[in-house]
Amino acid sequence: MSAPRPIGVLRTTLVLMRKDLLIEWRTRARLNALVFFAMATLLLFSFALGPDTRLLERNAGGYLWLAILFASVLSLGESFRVEAENACLDGVRLAPSDARAIFLSKALGNTALLVALGVLLIPVMVALFGVKIVLGLGDLGLTLVLGCLALSAPGTVYSAIASNARARDVLLPLLLFPLIVPSLLAAAKATTLVLQGDPMHQLGSWFGLLSGFNLIYWGLGFLLFPKVIED
Amino acid sequence: MPPSSLGTALAFHDVSKRYGRTWALARLTYALPAGRSLLLTGHNGSGKTTLLRLVATALSPTAGQLQVLGRDSVTERDAVRREVGLLSHASFLYEDLSAHQNLVVLGRLLGLESPEDAAHALLTKVGLTRRSDSPVRHFSAGMRKRLAIGRLLMKKPALALLDEPFGELDPAGIRDMEGFIAELKAAGVTVVLATHLIEQGMTLCEERLHLQDGRAVAA
Repeated sequence: MSAPRPIGVLRTTLVLMRKDLLIEWRTRARLNALVFFAMATLLLFSFALGPDTRLLERNAGGYLWLAILFASVLSLGESFRVEAENACLDGVRLAPSDARAIFLSKALGNTALLVALGVLLIPVMVALFGVKIVLGLGDLGLTLVLGCLALSAPGTVYSAIASNARARDVLLPLLLFPLIVPSLLAAAKATTLVLQGDPMHQLGSWFGLLSGFNLIYWGLGFLLFPKVIED
Repeated sequence: MPPSSLGTALAFHDVSKRYGRTWALARLTYALPAGRSLLLTGHNGSGKTTLLRLVATALSPTAGQLQVLGRDSVTERDAVRREVGLLSHASFLYEDLSAHQNLVVLGRLLGLESPEDAAHALLTKVGLTRRSDSPVRHFSAGMRKRLAIGRLLMKKPALALLDEPFGELDPAGIRDMEGFIAELKAAGVTVVLATHLIEQGMTLCEERLHLQDGRAVAA
Protein backbone atom coordinates (compact mmCIF):
# COMPACT_ATOMS: atom_id res chain seq x y z
CA MET A 1 0.00 0.00 0.00
CA SER A 2 1.31 3.48 -0.78
CA ALA A 3 1.80 5.97 2.05
CA PRO A 4 -0.33 9.14 1.86
CA ARG A 5 1.35 12.39 0.79
CA PRO A 6 2.60 14.43 3.79
CA ILE A 7 1.21 17.94 4.36
CA GLY A 8 3.24 20.97 5.41
CA VAL A 9 3.60 22.76 8.74
CA LEU A 10 1.10 25.51 7.89
CA ARG A 11 -1.63 23.14 6.70
CA THR A 12 -1.10 20.85 9.68
CA THR A 13 -1.40 23.89 11.97
CA LEU A 14 -4.71 24.85 10.37
CA VAL A 15 -6.10 21.30 10.58
CA LEU A 16 -5.19 21.05 14.27
CA MET A 17 -6.54 24.53 15.08
CA ARG A 18 -9.80 23.66 13.35
CA LYS A 19 -10.00 20.45 15.39
CA ASP A 20 -9.35 22.34 18.66
CA LEU A 21 -11.99 24.97 17.82
CA LEU A 22 -14.48 22.21 17.05
CA ILE A 23 -13.82 20.53 20.40
CA GLU A 24 -14.09 23.90 22.16
CA TRP A 25 -17.36 24.66 20.38
CA ARG A 26 -18.84 21.25 21.21
CA THR A 27 -18.05 21.55 24.92
CA ARG A 28 -17.74 25.31 25.52
CA ALA A 29 -16.59 24.31 29.01
CA ARG A 30 -13.24 26.03 28.86
CA LEU A 31 -14.44 29.47 27.71
CA ASN A 32 -17.32 29.53 30.20
CA ALA A 33 -15.04 28.60 33.08
CA LEU A 34 -12.41 31.15 32.03
CA VAL A 35 -14.86 34.04 31.76
CA PHE A 36 -16.40 33.43 35.19
CA PHE A 37 -13.02 32.84 36.82
CA ALA A 38 -11.48 36.02 35.36
CA MET A 39 -14.52 38.14 36.20
CA ALA A 40 -14.51 36.81 39.76
CA THR A 41 -10.80 37.72 40.01
CA LEU A 42 -11.48 41.31 38.92
CA LEU A 43 -14.36 41.54 41.38
CA LEU A 44 -12.17 40.23 44.20
CA PHE A 45 -9.52 42.86 43.47
CA SER A 46 -12.13 45.59 43.77
CA PHE A 47 -13.47 44.13 47.05
CA ALA A 48 -10.01 43.55 48.50
CA LEU A 49 -8.81 47.12 47.82
CA GLY A 50 -11.99 48.76 49.13
CA PRO A 51 -13.69 51.92 47.89
CA ASP A 52 -10.50 53.84 46.99
CA THR A 53 -11.50 54.60 43.38
CA ARG A 54 -8.28 56.45 42.56
CA LEU A 55 -6.19 53.42 43.57
CA LEU A 56 -8.39 51.08 41.54
CA GLU A 57 -8.29 53.39 38.53
CA ARG A 58 -4.52 53.84 38.72
CA ASN A 59 -3.82 50.10 38.84
CA ALA A 60 -6.63 48.86 36.60
CA GLY A 61 -4.22 47.75 33.86
CA GLY A 62 -2.30 45.57 36.31
CA TYR A 63 -5.47 43.97 37.67
CA LEU A 64 -6.69 43.21 34.15
CA TRP A 65 -3.44 41.41 33.32
CA LEU A 66 -3.38 39.51 36.61
CA ALA A 67 -6.93 38.28 35.89
CA ILE A 68 -5.86 37.20 32.39
CA LEU A 69 -2.71 35.53 33.77
CA PHE A 70 -4.59 33.51 36.40
CA ALA A 71 -7.21 32.48 33.84
CA SER A 72 -4.47 31.54 31.36
CA VAL A 73 -3.19 28.87 33.76
CA LEU A 74 -6.58 27.16 33.59
CA SER A 75 -6.78 27.59 29.83
CA LEU A 76 -3.27 26.36 29.05
CA GLY A 77 -3.59 23.29 31.26
CA GLU A 78 -6.93 22.39 29.71
CA SER A 79 -5.56 22.63 26.16
CA PHE A 80 -3.26 19.64 26.79
CA ARG A 81 -5.72 17.71 28.97
CA VAL A 82 -7.73 17.09 25.78
CA GLU A 83 -4.62 15.64 24.15
CA ALA A 84 -3.71 13.48 27.16
CA GLU A 85 -7.09 11.73 27.15
CA ASN A 86 -6.77 8.49 25.11
CA ALA A 87 -3.18 9.52 24.27
CA CYS A 88 -4.48 11.71 21.45
CA LEU A 89 -1.18 13.60 21.29
CA ASP A 90 0.53 10.30 20.37
CA GLY A 91 -2.10 9.78 17.69
CA VAL A 92 -1.37 13.21 16.21
CA ARG A 93 2.42 12.72 16.48
CA LEU A 94 2.31 9.34 14.77
CA ALA A 95 -0.05 10.50 11.99
CA PRO A 96 2.65 11.93 11.43
CA SER A 97 2.34 15.64 12.24
CA ASP A 98 5.17 18.11 12.48
CA ALA A 99 5.68 18.89 16.20
CA ARG A 100 6.20 22.56 15.30
CA ALA A 101 2.69 22.61 13.83
CA ILE A 102 1.32 21.15 17.08
CA PHE A 103 3.03 24.02 18.94
CA LEU A 104 1.70 26.67 16.57
CA SER A 105 -1.85 25.35 16.64
CA LYS A 106 -1.96 25.16 20.44
CA ALA A 107 -0.23 28.50 21.02
CA LEU A 108 -2.37 30.37 18.45
CA GLY A 109 -5.53 28.74 19.82
CA ASN A 110 -4.60 29.75 23.35
CA THR A 111 -3.84 33.29 22.17
CA ALA A 112 -7.25 33.55 20.48
CA LEU A 113 -8.99 32.34 23.62
CA LEU A 114 -7.12 34.80 25.87
CA VAL A 115 -7.76 37.72 23.50
CA ALA A 116 -11.48 36.84 23.48
CA LEU A 117 -11.37 36.73 27.28
CA GLY A 118 -9.62 40.12 27.39
CA VAL A 119 -12.27 41.65 25.10
CA LEU A 120 -14.97 40.43 27.51
CA LEU A 121 -13.07 41.66 30.57
CA ILE A 122 -12.43 45.22 29.37
CA PRO A 123 -16.04 46.45 29.77
CA VAL A 124 -16.17 44.78 33.19
CA MET A 125 -12.95 46.56 34.17
CA VAL A 126 -14.32 49.90 32.94
CA ALA A 127 -17.49 49.40 34.95
CA LEU A 128 -15.84 48.09 38.13
CA PHE A 129 -12.85 50.45 38.35
CA GLY A 130 -14.42 53.51 36.69
CA VAL A 131 -11.59 53.89 34.16
CA LYS A 132 -11.74 55.78 30.87
CA ILE A 133 -9.86 54.66 27.77
CA VAL A 134 -7.91 57.83 26.98
CA LEU A 135 -6.05 56.49 23.93
CA GLY A 136 -7.88 54.64 21.16
CA LEU A 137 -9.40 51.18 21.27
CA GLY A 138 -6.87 50.21 18.59
CA ASP A 139 -3.97 50.72 21.01
CA LEU A 140 -5.82 48.74 23.69
CA GLY A 141 -6.47 45.93 21.18
CA LEU A 142 -2.82 45.85 20.12
CA THR A 143 -1.70 45.70 23.78
CA LEU A 144 -4.12 42.84 24.39
CA VAL A 145 -2.92 40.85 21.37
CA LEU A 146 0.80 41.38 22.10
CA GLY A 147 0.34 40.54 25.80
CA CYS A 148 -1.69 37.39 25.09
CA LEU A 149 0.85 36.24 22.49
CA ALA A 150 3.58 36.66 25.13
CA LEU A 151 1.61 34.52 27.62
CA SER A 152 0.61 31.80 25.16
CA ALA A 153 3.92 30.78 23.60
CA PRO A 154 5.85 29.92 26.80
CA GLY A 155 2.59 28.76 28.40
CA THR A 156 2.04 26.22 25.63
CA VAL A 157 5.56 24.81 25.95
CA TYR A 158 5.30 24.57 29.74
CA SER A 159 1.79 23.10 29.72
CA ALA A 160 3.07 20.37 27.37
CA ILE A 161 5.89 19.66 29.84
CA ALA A 162 3.55 19.76 32.84
CA SER A 163 0.88 17.59 31.20
CA ASN A 164 2.96 14.46 31.88
CA ALA A 165 3.74 15.37 35.49
CA ARG A 166 1.75 14.20 38.51
CA ALA A 167 1.54 17.68 40.05
CA ARG A 168 0.76 19.36 36.73
CA ASP A 169 -1.66 21.90 38.22
CA VAL A 170 1.08 23.22 40.50
CA LEU A 171 3.95 22.79 38.08
CA LEU A 172 2.58 24.97 35.29
CA PRO A 173 2.35 28.25 37.28
CA LEU A 174 5.67 27.46 39.00
CA LEU A 175 7.39 27.22 35.62
CA LEU A 176 5.46 29.93 33.83
CA PHE A 177 5.14 32.82 36.26
CA PRO A 178 8.86 33.64 36.70
CA LEU A 179 9.43 33.54 32.95
CA ILE A 180 6.63 35.88 31.95
CA VAL A 181 7.19 38.56 34.60
CA PRO A 182 8.93 40.98 32.16
CA SER A 183 6.24 40.64 29.48
CA LEU A 184 3.45 40.89 32.07
CA LEU A 185 5.06 44.09 33.36
CA ALA A 186 5.28 45.50 29.83
CA ALA A 187 1.65 44.57 29.04
CA ALA A 188 0.38 46.09 32.31
CA LYS A 189 2.40 49.27 31.78
CA ALA A 190 1.21 49.63 28.16
CA THR A 191 -2.42 49.10 29.26
CA THR A 192 -2.05 51.75 31.96
CA LEU A 193 -0.73 54.23 29.38
CA VAL A 194 -3.65 53.45 27.05
CA LEU A 195 -6.12 53.98 29.90
CA GLN A 196 -4.55 57.10 31.46
CA GLY A 197 -2.89 58.81 28.52
CA ASP A 198 0.68 58.86 27.24
CA PRO A 199 2.07 62.44 27.49
CA MET A 200 5.70 61.22 27.34
CA HIS A 201 5.10 59.00 24.27
CA GLN A 202 6.31 55.83 25.99
CA LEU A 203 3.72 53.46 24.53
CA GLY A 204 5.78 52.68 21.43
CA SER A 205 8.72 51.53 23.58
CA TRP A 206 6.50 49.14 25.54
CA PHE A 207 5.05 47.77 22.30
CA GLY A 208 8.60 47.29 21.03
CA LEU A 209 9.57 45.46 24.21
CA LEU A 210 6.51 43.20 24.01
CA SER A 211 7.25 42.47 20.34
CA GLY A 212 10.83 41.56 21.26
CA PHE A 213 9.67 39.18 23.99
CA ASN A 214 7.24 37.61 21.53
CA LEU A 215 9.97 37.10 18.96
CA ILE A 216 12.08 35.28 21.55
CA TYR A 217 9.24 33.25 23.12
CA TRP A 218 7.71 32.15 19.81
CA GLY A 219 11.07 31.45 18.21
CA LEU A 220 12.24 29.32 21.13
CA GLY A 221 8.89 27.55 21.39
CA PHE A 222 8.93 26.71 17.68
CA LEU A 223 12.46 25.32 17.92
CA LEU A 224 12.19 23.53 21.28
CA PHE A 225 8.70 22.04 21.16
CA PRO A 226 9.73 18.94 19.15
CA LYS A 227 12.20 18.09 21.94
CA VAL A 228 9.46 18.56 24.53
CA ILE A 229 6.91 16.16 23.08
CA GLU A 230 9.16 13.50 21.62
CA ASP A 231 10.53 10.70 23.85
CA MET B 1 27.05 -5.23 12.49
CA PRO B 2 23.32 -4.57 12.46
CA PRO B 3 21.21 -7.06 10.53
CA SER B 4 20.76 -6.19 6.90
CA SER B 5 17.57 -4.27 6.20
CA LEU B 6 17.27 -5.86 2.75
CA GLY B 7 14.34 -8.26 2.75
CA THR B 8 13.45 -7.51 6.35
CA ALA B 9 10.41 -5.69 7.66
CA LEU B 10 11.88 -5.27 11.11
CA ALA B 11 15.49 -5.47 12.23
CA PHE B 12 16.32 -5.14 15.93
CA HIS B 13 20.00 -5.05 16.82
CA ASP B 14 20.74 -5.05 20.56
CA VAL B 15 17.71 -2.84 21.16
CA SER B 16 17.04 -1.87 24.77
CA LYS B 17 14.50 0.40 26.39
CA ARG B 18 14.69 1.60 29.97
CA TYR B 19 12.04 3.38 32.07
CA GLY B 20 13.83 4.84 35.09
CA ARG B 21 15.67 1.84 36.56
CA THR B 22 13.54 -0.79 34.84
CA TRP B 23 14.62 -2.35 31.57
CA ALA B 24 11.39 -2.95 29.62
CA LEU B 25 13.37 -4.41 26.72
CA ALA B 26 16.91 -5.74 27.06
CA ARG B 27 19.35 -6.24 24.18
CA LEU B 28 16.79 -7.62 21.74
CA THR B 29 18.17 -8.84 18.41
CA TYR B 30 15.61 -10.12 15.97
CA ALA B 31 14.74 -9.82 12.26
CA LEU B 32 11.31 -10.25 10.71
CA PRO B 33 11.47 -11.13 7.01
CA ALA B 34 9.43 -8.95 4.67
CA GLY B 35 6.02 -10.36 3.87
CA ARG B 36 5.82 -12.44 7.08
CA SER B 37 3.58 -11.61 10.02
CA LEU B 38 4.69 -11.79 13.61
CA LEU B 39 2.84 -12.99 16.69
CA LEU B 40 4.20 -11.35 19.82
CA THR B 41 3.52 -13.24 23.02
CA GLY B 42 4.49 -12.94 26.67
CA HIS B 43 3.03 -12.24 30.08
CA ASN B 44 1.86 -8.81 31.19
CA GLY B 45 4.89 -6.56 31.58
CA SER B 46 7.09 -8.72 29.34
CA GLY B 47 7.77 -5.83 26.94
CA LYS B 48 5.26 -6.42 24.12
CA THR B 49 3.71 -2.96 24.22
CA THR B 50 7.12 -1.29 24.56
CA LEU B 51 8.35 -3.20 21.52
CA LEU B 52 5.32 -2.10 19.48
CA ARG B 53 5.70 1.51 20.60
CA LEU B 54 9.38 1.44 19.63
CA VAL B 55 8.51 0.15 16.16
CA ALA B 56 5.80 2.82 15.84
CA THR B 57 8.43 5.42 16.90
CA ALA B 58 6.23 6.57 19.78
CA LEU B 59 9.35 5.79 21.85
CA SER B 60 13.05 5.89 21.03
CA PRO B 61 15.40 3.06 22.00
CA THR B 62 17.66 3.69 24.99
CA ALA B 63 20.36 1.70 23.18
CA GLY B 64 20.74 -0.33 20.01
CA GLN B 65 19.52 0.13 16.48
CA LEU B 66 16.06 -0.51 15.10
CA GLN B 67 15.22 -0.52 11.41
CA VAL B 68 11.59 -0.47 10.30
CA LEU B 69 10.87 -1.27 6.65
CA GLY B 70 14.52 -0.55 5.90
CA ARG B 71 14.54 2.84 7.63
CA ASP B 72 16.22 3.86 10.86
CA SER B 73 13.58 4.43 13.56
CA VAL B 74 15.39 7.46 15.00
CA THR B 75 16.97 9.32 12.10
CA GLU B 76 14.15 8.59 9.62
CA ARG B 77 11.32 8.81 12.14
CA ASP B 78 8.78 10.72 10.02
CA ALA B 79 9.26 8.37 7.07
CA VAL B 80 8.67 5.39 9.37
CA ARG B 81 5.58 7.03 10.87
CA ARG B 82 4.05 7.49 7.43
CA GLU B 83 4.31 3.75 6.76
CA VAL B 84 3.28 2.34 10.14
CA GLY B 85 -0.15 2.09 11.73
CA LEU B 86 -0.58 1.37 15.45
CA LEU B 87 -3.66 -0.04 17.16
CA SER B 88 -2.81 0.66 20.77
CA HIS B 89 -4.40 0.18 24.20
CA ALA B 90 -5.10 3.91 24.03
CA SER B 91 -7.52 4.62 21.21
CA PHE B 92 -6.07 8.01 20.07
CA LEU B 93 -9.71 9.18 19.80
CA TYR B 94 -11.01 12.62 20.81
CA GLU B 95 -13.90 12.03 23.21
CA ASP B 96 -15.81 15.19 22.28
CA LEU B 97 -15.64 14.64 18.53
CA SER B 98 -17.92 12.26 16.66
CA ALA B 99 -16.64 9.07 15.05
CA HIS B 100 -16.83 10.77 11.65
CA GLN B 101 -15.01 13.90 12.83
CA ASN B 102 -12.23 11.82 14.41
CA LEU B 103 -11.57 10.09 11.10
CA VAL B 104 -11.86 13.33 9.09
CA VAL B 105 -9.22 15.02 11.28
CA LEU B 106 -6.83 12.13 10.62
CA GLY B 107 -7.70 12.17 6.92
CA ARG B 108 -6.84 15.87 6.74
CA LEU B 109 -3.54 15.31 8.57
CA LEU B 110 -2.74 12.55 6.08
CA GLY B 111 -3.44 14.90 3.19
CA LEU B 112 -6.24 12.75 1.71
CA GLU B 113 -8.10 14.38 -1.16
CA SER B 114 -11.53 13.68 0.27
CA PRO B 115 -11.28 12.88 3.98
CA GLU B 116 -15.08 13.05 4.44
CA ASP B 117 -15.68 10.34 1.84
CA ALA B 118 -12.85 8.20 3.18
CA ALA B 119 -14.25 8.54 6.72
CA HIS B 120 -17.73 7.56 5.57
CA ALA B 121 -16.42 4.49 3.72
CA LEU B 122 -14.38 3.37 6.73
CA LEU B 123 -17.27 3.83 9.16
CA THR B 124 -19.33 1.55 6.91
CA LYS B 125 -16.49 -0.95 6.84
CA VAL B 126 -16.13 -1.11 10.63
CA GLY B 127 -19.90 -1.16 11.19
CA LEU B 128 -20.34 2.25 12.81
CA THR B 129 -22.40 4.06 10.18
CA ARG B 130 -25.44 4.43 12.43
CA ARG B 131 -23.35 6.04 15.18
CA SER B 132 -21.11 8.13 12.93
CA ASP B 133 -22.33 11.46 14.36
CA SER B 134 -22.31 10.41 18.02
CA PRO B 135 -19.50 11.71 20.23
CA VAL B 136 -16.93 9.03 21.07
CA ARG B 137 -17.63 9.77 24.76
CA HIS B 138 -20.89 7.80 24.36
CA PHE B 139 -19.23 4.77 22.72
CA SER B 140 -18.75 1.37 24.34
CA ALA B 141 -15.25 -0.13 24.58
CA GLY B 142 -15.96 -2.41 21.61
CA MET B 143 -17.17 0.48 19.46
CA ARG B 144 -14.04 2.44 20.32
CA LYS B 145 -11.93 -0.53 19.22
CA ARG B 146 -13.81 -0.67 15.92
CA LEU B 147 -13.27 3.04 15.37
CA ALA B 148 -9.59 2.69 16.30
CA ILE B 149 -9.12 -0.01 13.63
CA GLY B 150 -10.89 2.32 11.19
CA ARG B 151 -8.34 4.95 12.12
CA LEU B 152 -5.51 2.48 11.39
CA LEU B 153 -7.04 1.45 8.06
CA MET B 154 -7.38 5.09 6.97
CA LYS B 155 -3.59 5.36 7.07
CA LYS B 156 -3.14 2.46 4.59
CA PRO B 157 0.02 1.34 6.41
CA ALA B 158 2.70 -0.95 5.04
CA LEU B 159 3.21 -2.26 8.59
CA ALA B 160 0.31 -2.70 11.01
CA LEU B 161 1.04 -3.01 14.74
CA LEU B 162 -1.87 -4.47 16.67
CA ASP B 163 -1.71 -4.45 20.47
CA GLU B 164 -4.37 -6.79 21.90
CA PRO B 165 -6.77 -6.21 18.97
CA PHE B 166 -9.34 -8.74 20.25
CA GLY B 167 -9.66 -7.23 23.73
CA GLU B 168 -13.05 -5.67 24.57
CA LEU B 169 -14.68 -7.13 21.44
CA ASP B 170 -17.75 -9.39 21.40
CA PRO B 171 -17.65 -12.63 19.32
CA ALA B 172 -18.94 -10.82 16.22
CA GLY B 173 -16.36 -8.10 16.76
CA ILE B 174 -13.58 -10.69 17.07
CA ARG B 175 -14.67 -12.30 13.78
CA ASP B 176 -14.69 -8.87 12.12
CA MET B 177 -11.23 -8.09 13.52
CA GLU B 178 -9.88 -11.38 12.16
CA GLY B 179 -11.35 -10.38 8.81
CA PHE B 180 -9.63 -6.97 8.93
CA ILE B 181 -6.29 -8.60 9.76
CA ALA B 182 -6.72 -11.13 6.93
CA GLU B 183 -7.54 -8.26 4.55
CA LEU B 184 -4.44 -6.37 5.61
CA LYS B 185 -2.29 -9.44 5.02
CA ALA B 186 -3.90 -10.10 1.64
CA ALA B 187 -3.04 -6.51 0.67
CA GLY B 188 0.63 -7.20 1.44
CA VAL B 189 0.72 -5.40 4.78
CA THR B 190 3.15 -6.83 7.35
CA VAL B 191 1.26 -7.44 10.59
CA VAL B 192 2.74 -7.56 14.09
CA LEU B 193 0.16 -8.86 16.53
CA ALA B 194 0.51 -8.84 20.32
CA THR B 195 -2.09 -10.95 22.06
CA HIS B 196 -2.67 -13.38 24.91
CA LEU B 197 -4.96 -15.42 22.62
CA ILE B 198 -2.06 -17.50 21.28
CA GLU B 199 -4.04 -20.07 19.27
CA GLN B 200 -5.98 -17.32 17.53
CA GLY B 201 -2.77 -15.44 16.84
CA MET B 202 -1.02 -18.54 15.48
CA THR B 203 -3.71 -18.90 12.78
CA LEU B 204 -2.97 -15.34 11.60
CA CYS B 205 0.84 -15.17 11.87
CA GLU B 206 3.70 -17.21 10.45
CA GLU B 207 6.39 -16.08 12.91
CA ARG B 208 6.38 -15.94 16.69
CA LEU B 209 8.46 -14.00 19.19
CA HIS B 210 8.00 -14.74 22.89
CA LEU B 211 9.15 -12.13 25.37
CA GLN B 212 9.95 -12.59 29.05
CA ASP B 213 11.20 -9.71 31.19
CA GLY B 214 12.10 -7.78 28.06
CA ARG B 215 14.14 -10.59 26.52
CA ALA B 216 13.38 -12.93 23.64
CA VAL B 217 13.07 -16.51 24.85
CA ALA B 218 12.02 -19.80 23.29
CA ALA B 219 8.22 -20.14 23.38
